[in-house]
Amino acid sequence: MRPTRTVEFSTGLFVLLGFAALFFLVTQITNRELTTNGKSYGVVALFENIGSLKPGAAVSMAGVTVGRVENISYDQQQYKAVVRMRINSQFDRIPKDSDASIMTSGLLGGQYIGITPGGDEQYLKQGDRIEFVQDAFVLENLINQLASTFLRRDQGAAEGGNQGGSQDKAPAEEPKR
Amino acid sequence: MLSNVASRPIDARTPQDSIVEVRDVHYSIGGRAIFSGLNLQIQRGRITAIMGPSGTGKTTLLRLMTGQIKPDSGQVLFDGIDVSNLGTRELYALRRRMGMLFQNGALLTDEDVFENVAFPLREHTDLPEALIRNIVLTKLQSVGLRGAARLMPSELSGGMARRVALARAMATDPEVLIYDEPFTGLDPISMGMIVRLVRQMNYALGITSIVVSHDVEELAILADASYIIAGGKVAASGSFVELKDHDSEIVHQFINGLADGPVAFHYPAPDYYEDLLTG
Amino acid sequence: MHFLRELWDNVREFITTVGSVALFFGRVLAQLPGALLRPSLVVEQVHNTGALSLVIIMTCGLFVGMVLGLTGYDLLQRFGSEEALGTAGALAVTKELGPVVTALLFAGRAGTALASEIGLMRATDQLTAMEMMAVDPMRRVIAPRFAGGIIAMPLLTVIFIAIGIFGVQVVGVQLFKVDAASFWSQMRSSVGLDDIMEGVVKGCVFGVACSLIAVYEGYNAAPTAEGVGRATTRTVVNSAVLTLMLDYILTAIML
Repeated sequence: MRPTRTVEFSTGLFVLLGFAALFFLVTQITNRELTTNGKSYGVVALFENIGSLKPGAAVSMAGVTVGRVENISYDQQQYKAVVRMRINSQFDRIPKDSDASIMTSGLLGGQYIGITPGGDEQYLKQGDRIEFVQDAFVLENLINQLASTFLRRDQGAAEGGNQGGSQDKAPAEEPKR
Repeated sequence: MLSNVASRPIDARTPQDSIVEVRDVHYSIGGRAIFSGLNLQIQRGRITAIMGPSGTGKTTLLRLMTGQIKPDSGQVLFDGIDVSNLGTRELYALRRRMGMLFQNGALLTDEDVFENVAFPLREHTDLPEALIRNIVLTKLQSVGLRGAARLMPSELSGGMARRVALARAMATDPEVLIYDEPFTGLDPISMGMIVRLVRQMNYALGITSIVVSHDVEELAILADASYIIAGGKVAASGSFVELKDHDSEIVHQFINGLADGPVAFHYPAPDYYEDLLTG
Repeated sequence: MHFLRELWDNVREFITTVGSVALFFGRVLAQLPGALLRPSLVVEQVHNTGALSLVIIMTCGLFVGMVLGLTGYDLLQRFGSEEALGTAGALAVTKELGPVVTALLFAGRAGTALASEIGLMRATDQLTAMEMMAVDPMRRVIAPRFAGGIIAMPLLTVIFIAIGIFGVQVVGVQLFKVDAASFWSQMRSSVGLDDIMEGVVKGCVFGVACSLIAVYEGYNAAPTAEGVGRATTRTVVNSAVLTLMLDYILTAIML
């Protein structure tokens, strides 16, 4: 009553296929891909707020992906987020004073790091730190800013109105004469 | 061998000669009493027939004998052992001493004839393959189907399937063989083959056979002792000659195949004329 | 009043069935180690339930993935976030569609095959014959089939998920020209090992549920032709309902 060799073979194939699928899924999920196209060098940048930047996010210049975010951690001395990136070795002419900002692609898209080149003649090397950064765009902060701006303007307008009410009227009337 | 069976006297039935005994068994399903005080003794080494009108519970009796169901009261003894009190392991050990032939053969449909007969050997013994092969072929030879060893059950006729089932039931050399309606639905030739096999198996191997059937004519040739069960009890017992002349009406109706009698022809219904006129 | 009595009868019927299934489950589990000692039987069953279901699983996986690609793309491009297609598609397939659709397909193909096979054995007295030959049908017939089912289901689920994601990719990248790099990288950064585990766990749980229902219905089928037919119908219906209920519970737990 042993299963025939065909049965055993196809069952074996089935099980292997299952594990292959699992393997495929697991490896496609981890952030391993990057260094496949050759060498890269690591640079770091410190941010006050990284928003929803994740490891594996793209690092791009002028819209072209030049590297990946490798790892994000938190520095308790400086109270900042430490973002380590790997830049593809072929892009070795990034000025030391370049700007790293956290951008969002699309409305729902993930966040990535955009590097705007500076003017320094010295270029980033392995282990360097990008000094100039721009944090992630946090909606709440913007709203607060706007709100307080409007508030100040209203207050200023109100006060200015009380004081210079007569003054205001006078100039208005004069042109009519 | 076939001719003088009907006139063979029944030996005195002492308890030790009974390999299977049913003592005062009561059994009901869902309020309906199937057996109310059933008493039977199956003699060792003989062919015993159990007959009765449809629905009297012959199959239920077999299930009681094999421990598949427990009686509400009373005892079922196999070789002196109370079947209804056994744990699973002991019950299975006991069942290895019995062989059962089902009405439709009940062969495993996804195995061929050889594997079907080999099944109990493979499950219960550690015999080497060569020995199993010899045993299987011997059993198949005794039922005349050694050449069909590699056919699938779906390729067998009803009679052939039953013979293979018999070979399978014999595979572990049981002491008792139980046949559940072995003749039903067979053509005369196949029936003749089965009758011959039942006799041969019983006397050549010295085993006991219990045949449940309604085929009165076949049983007349085969059985050493017979029981007729009706109304939840044994209505009559004895040799065929004794039964033929029995005064009980139900036995008379059954043996002679009469259309009407204690088992009524008409299903209970209101008065005929009234039914027609008021319809 | 009559209505209430009927309702009560149905409730009692339901509770009895649940108890019956639970007890049956216990018996099958008890026989499972014994069945695993006969690997040839189990391998045969893994073949019957798994390998033979491969074609339907892979086909449906591909189409589900592709549909997801189409719908997802259409939805996301309204927000200008097409590159999120990888993430959205992968998460949907891995966590929900993969396990659930695989379970439903499994119930339909393998579950009915199991139920009808066992039901037929019941109807032709094969199971009783085994008992008479002192062979426990639970160990010899039921447990190996159950084992085959619970081994095959997670594997089928994983295969479905993989092919499903591939299907999303086919539509998204090949057809709609979404940037392949962002498709995969976004997926990679948003989908984690825990999501895959969630999908696999669901696959295992659904596998137990659907296999159990299939062998239960077969074993308890009425020994007639129509009994077997009813058993297969009940297998599909009950498997579907139980799967979806478990899906809700598992999703809530794992979220």
